[in-house]
Amino acid sequence: MALNIAFWILAVVTVGAALGVVLIRDIFRAALFLVLCFFTVAGLYVTLQADFLAGVQVLIYVGAVAVLLIFAIMLTREVQRGNPSNPLSIPVLIFALLLLGTMVFTIVKTSWLPVVAVSDLPEESLTPMGSGVIGSLAAVLFTEEGFLLPFEIAAVMLLAAVIGAIVMMREK
Amino acid sequence: MAIGFNHYLILSSILFCIGMYGALTKRNAVAILMSIEIMLNAVNIALVACSHYIALDVIVLTGQVFVIFVMVVAAAEAMVGLAIIVAIYRSRRTVDVTQVDLMKW
Repeated sequence: MALNIAFWILAVVTVGAALGVVLIRDIFRAALFLVLCFFTVAGLYVTLQADFLAGVQVLIYVGAVAVLLIFAIMLTREVQRGNPSNPLSIPVLIFALLLLGTMVFTIVKTSWLPVVAVSDLPEESLTPMGSGVIGSLAAVLFTEEGFLLPFEIAAVMLLAAVIGAIVMMREK
Repeated sequence: MAIGFNHYLILSSILFCIGMYGALTKRNAVAILMSIEIMLNAVNIALVACSHYIALDVIVLTGQVFVIFVMVVAAAEAMVGLAIIVAIYRSRRTVDVTQVDLMKW
């Protein structure tokens, strides 16, 4: 019951904050609404028992990405105000509502069942490799048959992105 | 009413559509990046919900692993994107995407 109330509060605040990001003219306030949106998404991860991801969400999005965005807003603050209306906004609104309707219809009509039933699995695969969610996440991420190679590729990609950002930001 | 898989998926699709609306209508390049972050978060919610409801929790955590990779790519994307925006601002004194049409045919 408490989980239901938490979900509804978090969902309403998340959607409201996302609407604030999109609809508010002042870009700095939009960035602050984005921080609120990231926080409530972290709360939604907690309701889904993904506690490690909630921590990572707060650390990476609220701690790094939001600060980076606000930094960029401060560096590139537009001198003149006033946001002229985009001619695309009405067709895009219609398209977004159509897409939303299609997705909601599909989600409601599909009967979601677990991919594998518990009884079909061999006995040894039912015992998680680590302890708790974080332990089994680490076991999936850091084993050869798991995601070890993509993990290392992700590390190299982050390094390449950092070097690329430094090269682009450097004064000529 | 109990909260189920559908609730999370519908929330995720609402967030995705809001982000898409923002990404296609905003003229400030930083605002477009912010809308794209909302879209990535929406996908992450759907992935975590799949990991919780569809795949077996605590045994197969592939959905959560994918969320970690999405976060890594999102961080790299924000970093490179903002570097590009600041570089464009230095040379053209604007971040309005309709003004940046140097490569437009």
